[in-house]
Amino acid sequence: MDWTDQGIVLSARKHGESSAIVTLLTSAYGVHAGLVRGGNGKRKRGDLQPGNKVQAHWRARLAEHLGNYTCELSHAHAATLLGDANKLACLSAALAVTEQSLPERQPHPAIFEGLSVLLESLKGDIWPSVYVKWEVGLLGELGFGLDLRSCASTGSTKNLVYVSPKSGRAVSRGAGEPYLKSMLALPAFLMTSGVAGETREITDGLALTGYFLERHVFALAGKKQPAARRRLVERLSRQVNK
Amino acid sequence: MADNDIEHLIQLLAKLPGLGPRSARRAVLHLLKHRETLLAPLSKSLDEAAENIITCAICGNLDTHDPCVTCRDPKRVDTVICVVEDVADLWALERTPAFRGRFHVLGGTLSALDGVGPEDLNIPALLKRARAESVTEVIIATNATVDGQTTAHYIADRLADCGVRISGLAHGVPVGGELDYLDEGTLSAALQARHDF
Repeated sequence: MDWTDQGIVLSARKHGESSAIVTLLTSAYGVHAGLVRGGNGKRKRGDLQPGNKVQAHWRARLAEHLGNYTCELSHAHAATLLGDANKLACLSAALAVTEQSLPERQPHPAIFEGLSVLLESLKGDIWPSVYVKWEVGLLGELGFGLDLRSCASTGSTKNLVYVSPKSGRAVSRGAGEPYLKSMLALPAFLMTSGVAGETREITDGLALTGYFLERHVFALAGKKQPAARRRLVERLSRQVNK
Repeated sequence: MADNDIEHLIQLLAKLPGLGPRSARRAVLHLLKHRETLLAPLSKSLDEAAENIITCAICGNLDTHDPCVTCRDPKRVDTVICVVEDVADLWALERTPAFRGRFHVLGGTLSALDGVGPEDLNIPALLKRARAESVTEVIIATNATVDGQTTAHYIADRLADCGVRISGLAHGVPVGGELDYLDEGTLSAALQARHDF
């Protein structure tokens, strides 16, 4: 058994003295782990930092084996982000959410493409909006997509400012007023191809996706929201409250 | 019985870093051949280490005394604290005479994968030390990895209201390094941290 594919390093865990068990999100094979001999050594450790993009060759005698990876660095995303606390928090959150939400060895090319776009966006300033949209896409790919096209109550396509926590559908301002306490805020940038204007919109978006990820993805798997995502939310919330 | 003792010793030594079963077997044979000069002193030394070595309550270093030798050294500068991940990092920095301040060992890094959170690290003691009047700078010398730098930013946030300068180690071209062999991340970090001649 062997294959070659592009992969994004989700984690690299030390195995023995110098090897590492590396988990990649690959384009065609989904979240897939494998042993990298010498992966914890001086020469390869830098290449296998979480967030880096690699060309991976996986080989095993049987498909169900852990198998061995040979990885060649394609793009060192992690190294360029080490100095920026917010971007590093975003990277850690995205990788932790990916690893904890996706089942192993099931292809999710859309999530791979989305994560690749998110990693590229970290070079600029629009990454907070891209991150929230990526989480919305992740929910959709896992079968828990939000329906933001029209109001769940009136069918109207205008003034959509809430999301129902029960159905995950958009709710217009008028229809949502009586249930204000339980409604989740719907930031406007999620209904367009644009980006968020204020950090408040980002934190609202994170609260929205966080609620459904927690309820439909993490809770069902008996997991909690990853600490890295919590730290990203706290970091951005602090900026809003400043 | 003797065979069991030897096997047991081999199994224990094989668990040490850098040793496998074959090298552990060679080491045991060497120890047994030099029983008086090596095995007995080593055994005594291991007993003493197990008995006497403790973790310093101030910095987290390992030493036979509490406070440890670096915390007790009166020649060291009290105004600067260097934060490291592990005791091995403290010992590495001690090999260079460039730093003569105080140390603080965190005991690891934040890691979602391994379930290590802020409460598992020696951060409250660092905050307490940084608030002392004599301290003017905290150098965060965690590794240049995603986990290491995530931890560094977290600590920098927590130290923000302590009124001290917070600095970190530079990343870039190592001494003796050739640009041709450096990865793109290190090169871009080196370019960002370029200095005037």
